Amino acid sequence: MSDARAHYLNAGHSMRSWLLTKDHKRIALLYLASVTALFFVGGSAAVMFRLQLLTPHGHLVLPETYNKLFTLHGIVMVFFFLVPAVPTVLGNFLIPLMIGAKDLAFPRINLLSWYLFIAGAALALGATLYGGVDTGWTFYTPYSSVFSNTYVVATVMGIFVAGFSSILTGLNFIVTIHKMRAPGLRWFRLPLFVWAIYATSFMFVLATPVLAMALLLVGLERVLHLGIFNPALGGDPLLFQHFFWFYSHPAVYIMVLPAMGVISELIPCFSRRRLFGYEFVVMATFGIAFLGFLVWGHHMFVSGQSAFAGLVFSFLSFVVAVPSAIKVFNWTATLYKGRIRFHTPMLYALGFIGLFTIGGLTGLFLATLGVDVHVHDTYFVIAHFHYIMVGGSVMAYLGGIHYWWPKISGKMYPDALGRWAAVLIFVGFNLTFFPQFIVGYLGMPRRFYMYPPEFQVYNVFSTAGASILALGYLLPLGYLLWSFWYGPDAGDNPWGASGLEWKTSSPPPVRNFETKPVVDEEPYDYEGGRYG
Amino acid sequence: MRFVPPLASVIGSQVDGLFWFLCGLSAFFAALIAGTILFFCIRYREGADADRSHPPPRNLPLELTWIAIPFAIMLGVYWRGAQLFLRERKPPPDAQQVLVVAKQWMWKTQQSNGRAEINELHVPLGRPTKLLMTSQDVIHSFFVPAFRLKQDVLPDRYTTLWFTPTRVGEFRFFCSQYCGMGHASMIGRVVVMRPKDFEKWLASGRTPGAPQEQDPGRILFRRKGCVACHRKVDGQGPPLEGIFGKTVLLSDGRTIVADEDYLLESILYPAAKIVAGYPNIMPSYKGQLTPEEESQLVSYLERYGTGRQKEPRP
Ligand SMILES: [Cu+2]
Ligand SMILES: [Cu+2]
Repeated sequence: MSDARAHYLNAGHSMRSWLLTKDHKRIALLYLASVTALFFVGGSAAVMFRLQLLTPHGHLVLPETYNKLFTLHGIVMVFFFLVPAVPTVLGNFLIPLMIGAKDLAFPRINLLSWYLFIAGAALALGATLYGGVDTGWTFYTPYSSVFSNTYVVATVMGIFVAGFSSILTGLNFIVTIHKMRAPGLRWFRLPLFVWAIYATSFMFVLATPVLAMALLLVGLERVLHLGIFNPALGGDPLLFQHFFWFYSHPAVYIMVLPAMGVISELIPCFSRRRLFGYEFVVMATFGIAFLGFLVWGHHMFVSGQSAFAGLVFSFLSFVVAVPSAIKVFNWTATLYKGRIRFHTPMLYALGFIGLFTIGGLTGLFLATLGVDVHVHDTYFVIAHFHYIMVGGSVMAYLGGIHYWWPKISGKMYPDALGRWAAVLIFVGFNLTFFPQFIVGYLGMPRRFYMYPPEFQVYNVFSTAGASILALGYLLPLGYLLWSFWYGPDAGDNPWGASGLEWKTSSPPPVRNFETKPVVDEEPYDYEGGRYG
Repeated sequence: MRFVPPLASVIGSQVDGLFWFLCGLSAFFAALIAGTILFFCIRYREGADADRSHPPPRNLPLELTWIAIPFAIMLGVYWRGAQLFLRERKPPPDAQQVLVVAKQWMWKTQQSNGRAEINELHVPLGRPTKLLMTSQDVIHSFFVPAFRLKQDVLPDRYTTLWFTPTRVGEFRFFCSQYCGMGHASMIGRVVVMRPKDFEKWLASGRTPGAPQEQDPGRILFRRKGCVACHRKVDGQGPPLEGIFGKTVLLSDGRTIVADEDYLLESILYPAAKIVAGYPNIMPSYKGQLTPEEESQLVSYLERYGTGRQKEPRP
């Protein structure tokens, strides 16, 4: 950052200029730092329990500790990494740039959202330092509300507070996308990433309150001994599961839709093609967002829910698979007659399609009633949702970070090293999680701190894979940080990409654009294009 | 190295069949997508000399095709899965019954003649067995991989699981719903025996010299004097012979199927649902029975008047 040109990074160097900033780009970086730290917290927990599972009678940690480790991993990764990562980092940074606005509609509320997020994370992690929680990230009652002797209340309050961050962020995006698009940027000229964040924002606003309420009730039941979920006092433990999954199934799409939005940017850019079937991909986005609210009961086929409910939820779960399939097919078709380059972001995008496809296909096993009865709550489920959330969301997140890093930092990272890291992550991921499909079908239940010896060989593969994966994740952390200070200047548009965010300088000026942009072209205007 | 667990139930082979079909289907689609991507990536890589004229921005028939074909296949899979599920949910009326009580962190099973076991379950080969399950604390789940079956076990409620074993041997069962510190040690074994051996095993649990009658539910039914009112004819309360699974007309005009939860509710809170034509006079038994006794009584009522109340068929 030696150049004299003013941009958002050199607009102030004091702590205060960061912590009280209202600039969406700086807030995005605050989120980037926070979710990265939280990702490595959640990851360390995973490393520890993977080591425990190396042997059937793992003696590394006590059972109580093991239970707290997987709970910490789940809570941090879901609520404090996967849910916020793409929307708050990439969404915050890019939405105003992509629609030609100078900031989000409510910059102060945007900053407030970050503080709420930090407060929530501090509460939840504070509870961990104090002694931890052992309920699993699912907080099933009456275990969580009556029987567990751990710090449940502080943890659920942490998630409750962070939930408001999600809700406010969602509202902010919705208003911004409605009201602040540049002249000429009609709805059907919006990049898919904006559509995805828009749909996700509705899910934030509609689903998060249900989770907040359910967790609040768990807290109240613990403190005041109410009989809401506790059957001994006339409560219904299944009611909690309904509340919980009413949020947590849509939450899967909160994690996946923005990721799909990222992929829909990367594939056209590195194929030099317009996104194939743009309208279908948009409609599929909303199909997923809508249907995602109607399938929560597929987590409860063996819970004691009625057989009829099982039939309905199973059917709807098959229906929600269709729009995801549409997207995969359209991305694939975008490559046709393209001019494909394999930069780091593109490798992540291709990896995403592969892993997300496997995750989606194995989701069909779980939607199938007769098969789910066997594999439910086994490692098959663990493998499936890691393919979606890690193979899908995390790959897309990293792809997005690598793609927009030149815009964010103004610097370029070593692309060859980036490609190696992407391959390492892909290999490590598959080695970690593919064996879990098999050990799951063999019958190994989840959340076991020890297990019968016949499951060991698969667990050894998983642990080996996890160490490769850990290395794969550390590499980008290293070279991205390095490039931020020492990397070569990237130029304004190193990929020759379309989209308004590439029309301004890198890093962008505080007000984003020197002159208010006017849009007169369709999205993904790459036809016949060469690179930069 | 095993890829599938041992198989020991009738439904299990049907589940495996569907599972392998899904594996094949997934492999086909995964290969199709990966193959296409790979092909495009090679054919249209930047340096390659390929025909790139008139790239299509969209193609409606293509979109409709790749919506319709996967959806049609999925409908078939859905239907087959639903069929198996409904089968798993409908125990045959002649199934022999075992009571399963879960608590942190053990399983207690009890045959209808009163023989009880901890973390073990003996069942006869080739005969349907139905488990009537409840928990004394948190939610657990009874999972027998070899039968390809599991069912959550809830406090203050009954859930059931049934199977017909097809192989003699010992098979693991697990608790598959996280239930606290000892979750991973809630492991037991199902012992499938030839019917003759099973009868012998069942009888061997009887202490010599003890009275013939050992069905704990039947003993309770007598001791609590249920039959004084619930007589076959002219009782003050409705007759209970063969009540289980029947549709009952209530005094407010509603009807209800008499399942385990209804039976339990009627013992604990008799006034909640009054059978049409009978006075509301039964006292509540809430607090008079231990949870275990409640389960034994419900289990007995399920078999009452069906010719199966004594012991499983010889
Ligand atoms: Cu779900
Ligand atoms: Cu248990």
